Amino acid sequence: MNPALRARNHPGYWAFVVHRVSGVLLALYLPAHFWVLGLALHEPARLDAFLRWTDQPLVRFGEWGLVLLLAAHFTGGLRLLALEFLPWREWQKSLAALAAGVALAVALAFALAL
Amino acid sequence: MSARREALLWAAQRASAALLALCVVVHLATMIYAAHTGLSAAQILERTRGNAAWLGFYSVFLLAVVVHVPIGLRAVLSEWLGWRGASRDAVLAAFAAVLAWLGARAILGVFL
Amino acid sequence: MKTLDVRVWRGGADGRYQGFEVPREESQTVLDVVTHIQRKQEPTLAYRFACRVGMCGSCAMTVNGVARWTCRTHVDAVAPDGRLEIAPLRNLPVIRDLVTDMREFFDKWARAKGRFQGRRTRRDDFERVAPDSEARKQVDAAIECIGCAVCYSSCDVVAWNPDYLGPAALNRAWTLLRDVREAANPERLRAVAGDAGCHACHTHLSCTERCPKQISPTAGIAGLKRAAAAAALKGEL
Repeated sequence: MNPALRARNHPGYWAFVVHRVSGVLLALYLPAHFWVLGLALHEPARLDAFLRWTDQPLVRFGEWGLVLLLAAHFTGGLRLLALEFLPWREWQKSLAALAAGVALAVALAFALAL
Repeated sequence: MSARREALLWAAQRASAALLALCVVVHLATMIYAAHTGLSAAQILERTRGNAAWLGFYSVFLLAVVVHVPIGLRAVLSEWLGWRGASRDAVLAAFAAVLAWLGARAILGVFL
Repeated sequence: MKTLDVRVWRGGADGRYQGFEVPREESQTVLDVVTHIQRKQEPTLAYRFACRVGMCGSCAMTVNGVARWTCRTHVDAVAPDGRLEIAPLRNLPVIRDLVTDMREFFDKWARAKGRFQGRRTRRDDFERVAPDSEARKQVDAAIECIGCAVCYSSCDVVAWNPDYLGPAALNRAWTLLRDVREAANPERLRAVAGDAGCHACHTHLSCTERCPKQISPTAGIAGLKRAAAAAALKGEL
């Protein structure tokens, strides 16, 4: 294994990486998301054209990716709130796995709904 | 000085996180519902326009986002880009303002 | 396998690994390996140890990428393929070979007000500390730290933020914050909060994962975060 990873290869660390990366990606996505929705205000035709573009399979896949990112950041965040506010218990170390499971379930629900 | 500021930022981050937890559940459920029901954009806008409840909800959601996102990015900028100090905080405040502005326009466009 | 293929860091920060072939023994520890090299093959090798029975923490090194006490690390557990890579602890300046400069580690301990300051004198009666009180149970869970720097060496925030006080110093500050005999507490909270203190912790849990005494500095740091927020909101910070 890559030497830089050996010391970091434990659940808490991966949970951190997922949380931080998903957070940064969502932070970059939000301005675009708001701007597109804002088109409804003054440029409805442009919004319509954009929404038709989102029907493309690649974009739908991207939307699913965003739902996954949001679900992952959300479940990871709940885990952090538990770690920081609840009395310390051994099972809290398993929260990373639980968070990952729930996030995947949510993303799956979205994918299947499509 | 730094201690008090950091403690308050931490508290604001966790408070907005708790609020966002609720908002995100509602938002994700709504998105899954809309996808499942196969609603078109026009149909969605029909349901959201003039809806005071949704307007109120998403306004609260936006407020929480505007607090949570810049504070979250603050740590990333200092640790991974080595960017610390007043310039970083000024840029993040500007980013918060941009988010708030774009978000308000989006809310007006979709719910008013 | 009759021999081990061991690579040991030599020199300072810009040093290199030197290879050795070491006979494999039963129940051999990594400290045994390092000692063998220094006594039988390379007398100039510099390394630290003292008790060699897992009580003092002096022998902490990076073994196959992970910070450990070498006296309590069996070769069988970390080198099933007979290959060992031994380096000094991370996040600390290297003096030579496997020896690091621990001054910054202990300086941060002092900066976090990691020193006990009692209120009573020898003329007063003892302070009563209820062992089953919530505060004392929290202290007891974190008090066994011997300052070995394994957690400090395993923490990425220490690597990313040079001012970060680190898990050991903050953990010790936590035990003192919750100590009913303590006199220095409002100042202590001010010393450990801030972007060089508890608020820089991102709950990676590497410290908790690696601590040879099974302490969880993350738990103590979470306590410091809560205490700092409460104090700030009350205008006491």
